[in-house]
Amino acid sequence: MNRPIALELKNISKYFGSVIANKDVNLTVYRGEILAILGENGCGKTTLMNMIAGIYYPDHGTILIDGKEVVIRSPKDAFEHKIGMIHQHFKLVDLFTAAENIVLGVDDNKKYNINEINETVAKMAQKYGFNIDPKKKIYDMSVSEKQTVEILKVLYRGADILILDEPSAVLTPQETDKLFEVLRRMREDGKSILIITHKLHEVLSISDRVAVLRKGEHVATVETATTTASELTEMMVGKKVELNINRPEPKNVCDRLTVKGLNMTNSDGVKVLDNVSFTARAGEILGVAGIAGSGQRELLETIAGLAHPATGEIIYHNPQTNADDNLMDKNPIEIRELGVRLSFVPEDRLGMGLVGNMDIVDNMMLRSYRRGHSVFVDRKKPKDLAHKIVDELEVVTPSTKTPVRRLSGGNVQKVLVGREIAASPTVLMAAYPVRGLDINSSYTIYGLLTKQKEQGVSVIFVGEDLDVLIELCDRILVICAGRVTGIIDAKNATKEQIGLLMTETKSANTPKEENNNENEQ
Amino acid sequence: MKTNSNHTREPLFHLVKRDALPFQKALLIRVIAVVLAVVLCALLSVALIGASPIKFIGTLFDGSFGSSRRLWKFAKDACALLCIALAITPAFRMRFWNIGAEGQTLIGALAAVAVVHYLGGSVDNWLLLVLMFIAAVVSSGIWGFLPAIFKAKWNTNETLFTLMMNYIATGLTSYFLMVWTPSGSSVLGALPFGHLPVIGHEYLVFILVTLILTALLYVYLNYTKQGYEISVVGESENTARYIGIGVGKVVIRTMIISGAICGIAGFLIVSALDHSVTTTTVGGMGFTAIMVSWLAKFNPLYMLGTSALITFLEQGSAQISTNFNIDSSFPNMIVGIVLFFIIGCEFFITYKIKRSDSHKKGEKIK
Repeated sequence: MNRPIALELKNISKYFGSVIANKDVNLTVYRGEILAILGENGCGKTTLMNMIAGIYYPDHGTILIDGKEVVIRSPKDAFEHKIGMIHQHFKLVDLFTAAENIVLGVDDNKKYNINEINETVAKMAQKYGFNIDPKKKIYDMSVSEKQTVEILKVLYRGADILILDEPSAVLTPQETDKLFEVLRRMREDGKSILIITHKLHEVLSISDRVAVLRKGEHVATVETATTTASELTEMMVGKKVELNINRPEPKNVCDRLTVKGLNMTNSDGVKVLDNVSFTARAGEILGVAGIAGSGQRELLETIAGLAHPATGEIIYHNPQTNADDNLMDKNPIEIRELGVRLSFVPEDRLGMGLVGNMDIVDNMMLRSYRRGHSVFVDRKKPKDLAHKIVDELEVVTPSTKTPVRRLSGGNVQKVLVGREIAASPTVLMAAYPVRGLDINSSYTIYGLLTKQKEQGVSVIFVGEDLDVLIELCDRILVICAGRVTGIIDAKNATKEQIGLLMTETKSANTPKEENNNENEQ
Repeated sequence: MKTNSNHTREPLFHLVKRDALPFQKALLIRVIAVVLAVVLCALLSVALIGASPIKFIGTLFDGSFGSSRRLWKFAKDACALLCIALAITPAFRMRFWNIGAEGQTLIGALAAVAVVHYLGGSVDNWLLLVLMFIAAVVSSGIWGFLPAIFKAKWNTNETLFTLMMNYIATGLTSYFLMVWTPSGSSVLGALPFGHLPVIGHEYLVFILVTLILTALLYVYLNYTKQGYEISVVGESENTARYIGIGVGKVVIRTMIISGAICGIAGFLIVSALDHSVTTTTVGGMGFTAIMVSWLAKFNPLYMLGTSALITFLEQGSAQISTNFNIDSSFPNMIVGIVLFFIIGCEFFITYKIKRSDSHKKGEKIK
């Protein structure tokens, strides 16, 4: 390597209690390169980057910039060393314009002249190929435009080292491609870019080198050109992982749930569900694709009977009685009393599906505690169920008495999915069930869903990774700003096709709606 | 790049979050906190009033345990506090910040006295007691129900609402006292009727009833379906909605129970202890009870300890102010110091303070 070194980390460690976030991490970043930081959730990628950006302070180790040791105690210090981080959650003032947000907090002793700033921002945007109007207000912007503002904000402060935390998580495939174009141009300009991600194909397409972290430790840094997806996975997980999802042919398919003309307006008067109609069938997995906050949550919650003022019909075809029941305007208890076995794995696991401060046994009880006429709760059956789930799904926990919030994300999800499946559902809805899970746990969940499908359950799966949706599901429903823009056969679907459907009405969208979508993420 | 002209230095200390501490260790930290607090109080007493610290601490204990009369008073006061703390605990477990126990208890006591005032002497004592009990529980239950229904229907702020209800209860009490005292003195003498039977010591019935109530509430909160619903609603309203618990229904039901237990406290104060009512019958216990409940992490069994601790401090420091002939603000200060240490030590249970590696300094960069 004859390129100059921009940033060097030496033996960086950070602990949270007895949890090791990072241990003796050594990392080198050159000028003019894109370094991908790859690793499973919870492996310490973000913590490590936060230490470079001055949000955390390392317990041990040193950081060198241009060969000189530095101390970074705050984001302000980081900026002084020309380091800027673009966080997953944007930190922008909605009522300000792009340019106003960009200069906010810049203390350069210059007179504030908005016209001049607008010009500078426009020039900078043009240089790197951003498409942005400096005078546009944030609330009028789409998610990808907001991200652009965040990046420009960092560039305006003169950052030479940019850190992006999972920048593609909120973007469509097309928007991601555009972003990567910009990043390549920045690299040409001599900037160093660190990009956190756990998507392998992105790593392979954008980066020059990949640094792999596992359980807080740096495993290796490899040249992207000389590695493969399976090699990287092996480094991430520590063992070989089969990355194929088994998709058996659907058997005995019949209609189970028909949704007709579902409309919903939220408290701000924005339409979040717009004439949604579809049928979910027993024995197949129906995928739901869409940009985060396009109405997926509202759709599932409405079907599950959580109070939402919606109109339309939700017809359940009961396999036992052959009757058609309308579930509209019924609460979860009334739905159960109809004999509808509907299970729901919500997006917010600890805030809705489970109670974080309660142990596994008490969480098992959530669904069943009402049974019987006694005024006392019966903890025996939930206890048996808890032990069964811990054994069968290999939940790692000190005991069934541990509060679930102390478990790792994957184990929390196993507890929740385990409980919902234990109710032997006929319809199983899962919203982002693998979000934040490591590869192994994710594949366990995919396996569980497929098994339910084979048992004749109608599975509705809301996902964000299009590759997974295409591999796992039988049909994919694409939703955009509350509207169904297509229901396609997953076997013949392509990512590009889904990506286009995900943004179909985007141009016709009112800006307010987009803003609202963003807030719901 | 020469950026570092200002001397950036490594921070000397930084905070590190601990793992969950084992129970004994956490308890040890709390005990140390109380001991340190008492030592500080002793030192203060030397500085301010010139008393020897040994004598100071001795007097502190003397206040509660110095004689059998003081011991009984200690037990009675601790139980009165405990009883009201029990009442607010279901609401607090639900994250419904009921700071109206003062008024809820007072209105119960007032209702009990009203029954005695109008019916005393004309019905049998047992019937009178039953009526007093019903009147107290119903009126306090209403005091709990009102803020709950407003919260459930219109999401009003329960803290303000329950606080305001306190003033209404106080106002009603002074009004009726004026009506009931022909001389207009507003001082109601001890009522001759409606006394609970005395077993052994005059306070014993009251203490026993409170202890039974503690056990009942512990079972209710931890082993019944309703208690479980309270916990779910308190931890996460979204989860409650998700499994179909009617949040409003649970809020209303729990606040009626909370109020009703205040009513029992009010009834006991009238029928077993005071046999009368004034605007200061509850005397701030409704607020102190919040501390009792909170320090015990809303566990009725731990509340036996916290109510005893607070009563011990209050009585001990009152003894100090008598013995050393100092103003009563000094005892208050002592209670404050001890509580500050107890609450403050929670910080050290959650975090530990680590010294940074001091071998490297930021000044190297120039």
